[in-house]
Amino acid sequence: MHAEEKLTAETFPAAPERATLEGKNKFLGFWLFLGGETVLFASLFATYLALKDKTNGGPSAEELFQMPIVFMATMLLLTSSLTSVYAIYHMKNFDFKKMQLWFGITVLLGAGFLALEIYEFYEYVHEGHKFTTSAFSSAFYTLVGTHGSHVAFGLLWILTLMIRNAKRGLNLYNAPKFYVASLYWHFIDVVWVFIFTVVYLMGMVG
Amino acid sequence: MKKGLRNWRLFSLFGMMALLLAGCGKPFLSTLQPAGEVADMQYSLMLLSTSIMVLVIVVVAIIFVYVVIRFRRRKGEENKIPKQVEGSHKLEIIWTVIPIILLLILAVPTVLTTFKLADVKAMNDKDRDKKGTVVVNVRANLYWWEFEYPDYGIITSQDLVVPTNEKVYFNLIASDVKHSFWIPAVGGKMDTNTDNKNQFWLVFDQKATDKAGGVFYGKCAELCGPSHALMDFKVRPLPRDQFDAWVKKMQNAKKPVVTDPVAKQGEAIFNKSCIGCHAVTPLDKRPEQARTAPNLANFGDRQRIAGILEHNEENLKKWLRDPESVKPGNKMTGTYGKLSEEQIDALAKYLMSLKVE
Amino acid sequence: MSTIARKKGVGAVLWDYLTTVDHKKIAHLYLIAGGFFFLLGGLEALLIRIQLVKPNNDFLVGGLYNEVLTMHGTTMIFLAAMPLLFAFMNAVVPLQIGARDVAFPFLNALGFWMFFFGGLFLNCSWFLGGAPDAGWTSYASLALDSKAHHGIDFYTLGLQISGFGTIMGAINFLVTIINMRAPGMTFMRMPMFTWATFVTSALILFAFPPLTVGLIFMMMDRLFGGNFFNPAAGGNTIIWEHLFWVFGHPEVYILILPSFGIFSEIFATFSRKRLFGYSSMVFATVLIAFFGFMVWAHHMFTVGMGPIANAIFAVATMAIAVPTGVKIFNWLFTMWGGSIKFTTPMYYAVAFIPSFVMGGVTGVMLSAAAADYQYHDSYFVVAHFHYVIVGGVVFALLAGTHYWWPKMFGRMLNETLGKITFWLFFIGFHLTFFIQHFLGLTGMPRRVFTYLPNQGWETGNFVSTVGAFFMAIATVILLINIVITTVKGEKVPGDAWGDGRTLEWAIASPPPVYNFAQTPLVRGLDAFWLEKMEGKKELTPAEPLGDIHMPNSSFLPFIISFGLFVAAFGFTYHNDAGWGLPVGILGLLITFGSMFLRSVIDDHGFHIHKEEVLELEKKGANA
Repeated sequence: MHAEEKLTAETFPAAPERATLEGKNKFLGFWLFLGGETVLFASLFATYLALKDKTNGGPSAEELFQMPIVFMATMLLLTSSLTSVYAIYHMKNFDFKKMQLWFGITVLLGAGFLALEIYEFYEYVHEGHKFTTSAFSSAFYTLVGTHGSHVAFGLLWILTLMIRNAKRGLNLYNAPKFYVASLYWHFIDVVWVFIFTVVYLMGMVG
Repeated sequence: MKKGLRNWRLFSLFGMMALLLAGCGKPFLSTLQPAGEVADMQYSLMLLSTSIMVLVIVVVAIIFVYVVIRFRRRKGEENKIPKQVEGSHKLEIIWTVIPIILLLILAVPTVLTTFKLADVKAMNDKDRDKKGTVVVNVRANLYWWEFEYPDYGIITSQDLVVPTNEKVYFNLIASDVKHSFWIPAVGGKMDTNTDNKNQFWLVFDQKATDKAGGVFYGKCAELCGPSHALMDFKVRPLPRDQFDAWVKKMQNAKKPVVTDPVAKQGEAIFNKSCIGCHAVTPLDKRPEQARTAPNLANFGDRQRIAGILEHNEENLKKWLRDPESVKPGNKMTGTYGKLSEEQIDALAKYLMSLKVE
Repeated sequence: MSTIARKKGVGAVLWDYLTTVDHKKIAHLYLIAGGFFFLLGGLEALLIRIQLVKPNNDFLVGGLYNEVLTMHGTTMIFLAAMPLLFAFMNAVVPLQIGARDVAFPFLNALGFWMFFFGGLFLNCSWFLGGAPDAGWTSYASLALDSKAHHGIDFYTLGLQISGFGTIMGAINFLVTIINMRAPGMTFMRMPMFTWATFVTSALILFAFPPLTVGLIFMMMDRLFGGNFFNPAAGGNTIIWEHLFWVFGHPEVYILILPSFGIFSEIFATFSRKRLFGYSSMVFATVLIAFFGFMVWAHHMFTVGMGPIANAIFAVATMAIAVPTGVKIFNWLFTMWGGSIKFTTPMYYAVAFIPSFVMGGVTGVMLSAAAADYQYHDSYFVVAHFHYVIVGGVVFALLAGTHYWWPKMFGRMLNETLGKITFWLFFIGFHLTFFIQHFLGLTGMPRRVFTYLPNQGWETGNFVSTVGAFFMAIATVILLINIVITTVKGEKVPGDAWGDGRTLEWAIASPPPVYNFAQTPLVRGLDAFWLEKMEGKKELTPAEPLGDIHMPNSSFLPFIISFGLFVAAFGFTYHNDAGWGLPVGILGLLITFGSMFLRSVIDDHGFHIHKEEVLELEKKGANA
């Protein structure tokens, strides 16, 4: 099948993301990229664990973290992962409008998460937990911040795809693009689950 | 390839010659002339691994030489197509199993020795006999060494004094950047980290000490800045009774009494410009952070100026005149202003008079 | 394609290379850039050896010496050895698997330009205050203490940029090899060099992220007030050592495995025999890579990790000797019973065996933790890794250059000059490094800018310096050879050596832009050899002749990488000058802006029509 082919709901393949060689390559390449990203985050986590008690007189994790705001952020991001699943479901059914709608919701939820995170960081800085305060604070902001910048990048990416393809609908050229963007979004979500557990829950237990 | 083989032979001959010339290095510096229990153990491990490896090399070399000579494409064989062999399970098993056995032979003593060398229980025992087990706190700095004897309350620097024929324990730490504490002939080595204290032990053999002329060379083995190459120290192992006597002298050393008028002048300069960092008594009670320069209590007894120059007044003056030219990047440059030649003479006289022994 | 290129003006050729996404041209770019950095690193090595020729020399002292030694190591590893291997991977792997291009041609170009600008940025430090001076390992306490100039910042940012490029290259090769193999080319029919590329790419993918993280930490500490490696604020410098070596040890295999691959090809070709024990060779490669991730701490035996960790890492390290030994014997038995032709590449391959075995056995010696306390950070280690990296990797690069030059450029390098280069290099190499084992054993620490007389090191250092000059002369002769060949080299047919076994030798030299007019059908290991043995001159096609889809050239990879180059300058100076931050942001805008363009502008590529293909094929056959 060719990437530019005009398709209908009937001729649209079941796995549009892998129907062309380009799509297959993108699909596999992106999974491999996520493998590398996993090692990247693993290194950040390992460092965080090694330094999390080195507060250098600054506030400790226990004193700092506020469950309500973090919990809300977590819910937003988890839900956004679910909505992106819906988006891909509709993509596979060649329902462009619904896909756009669900991706739109995903982006809104992601933006909400990001806003909460920025607010959270702002609060922490006011409590004397700056990037330069201690080894703990440096490790915290680098780990959580790296995740945050991934969220920001993911948002811009999905938004770009939505706007760029708004007028022309789905084809086998852009289907793999939507698909890997959603993969990226899931990956970000999974990383957050680990951050929530390792950084926040373990931090609050002490 | 025949020419190649001849070259190879010539080359190995040359290599052997060079080796003979170099011998096994200097007795005060070479790991190949072990001067204590630790270096001995390490040397035997080296010998064991080298013999196993020479065995491997010989086997490979025999096959290699045979193959390269025997299977050359000769004249008239331009169109010869050799048999395309897939492999041989029998051979594969042989050259998998035999190396495994050889490695096991090496692995067992390696593990045993590694544990033995890490056994520092005695120094951490709260009830240990403080006279019986000597502990030295080594603190590495850019680019000098401080040796503190916590049980005797004395501090010295650059020249490490230890008793022979017994285990000497070390606490190792660095105050600025990472260094590494190495006395090649006696055994080695352990990093001095900035983050945590490391511990290990060494034994200084009396006979080997005599052979080495009473002094071993110590080195910094971790790149630490411009003068890493010059961060040497000396080790002076003494028989136990002499060591005890040295400790006594160090403990009883009073503030130096200077009589010579020139040296007296030097003392005045010293008290004005140098005493902020350098102590002149072995009983320096200041905390570690305040001890930012070598203790000079027994400066006159030292082996070297600045760790590297021959110990005489001329070199001392050279060092005082322009430390940067001797040890680039050192921390003394520019801390005491410009001294006149006269002042340098006086200072040198005073410093050389600082003796404990 | 080269005939067309030759008719173009200089500007057009330059533009062609700046925008190319063709794996063969990217290979040329890697070869040129990597070659340039190799010369630079070699020059730095010579400076080091000149300084050490006699005790108390004052040619290159203190801090400046440390800068040269740091840049020698960093340049050779990151900017010379790896890119040169990438050159061969790009030139050969798509051909060996019967593909028209790599999976991501755009990404391929981006990877090159990232590496290039990263390397350029790193070397800019020479002109802007001073180069990094904490060794290629850049241990944290020393790196943070180096405040006289921005050298270390050039290191952290430059390596991050070039590291991104390397990871892209790795993903590209992994996908290419998994998805783009010609029909019939099963995994166990892949040439050894392709296997090595595959495994190496996996190593890169998992080894580079820890380095990136370490570099980010160091950048944060030095430029943005972080505390990762600052013990006073709770930081820990040992974290850097772990992150660095979790990358650093696999890095050694990233260099040596493709070299093994190159030699495997050469042994088989010039012995006229298939590789002995192919499946165990594949297995050994995978095993070495796997072990490679579990032994990093043997670089840290003296750090004070305790006897349990030291013992475990010692034994794990020894285990690597087994698969490596398997490889050595397999190569010997590939030659056994063969018909060995001593060409220049084969000279290197044959010389590699004793040289590499020397380096390998000292590696096992180093793995014995308790004995390593003596070897560690002494010249013994310097001798060991140069035996492995020069005797293994550089020999492979030189062998590969001679072996694949005719394939890449259509002309044969002069064999006589090639053999002269070999002998000088071979002798120089052993002269330089053999004696260093003994320097180390007699107590000489590594990375010292000078030594005092009467410590027994004069002869050894003198011999070592003489050897270095042999290698330098050899390199000059190689350059002369390249110039002569380019001007009036003998043109070669597709199967340039006459004994080619793998697919790359079945097509014209240099290959046409689309590589294979028809995708070949692969019927076994050494596909081209099999066809030749059946008396055929060409491959069996797997498809009818048709239009060929090709990717478009693009200038964006250059601009994306250039943006990071600009940003790196901005962030390096953001604490010193007001323009720092704006320039940093501007650079990032250039990068993300061009990524945005790449995302919104459709790129469907173009087609070369059947008639054109036929015409080009005819020309290729005549050439």
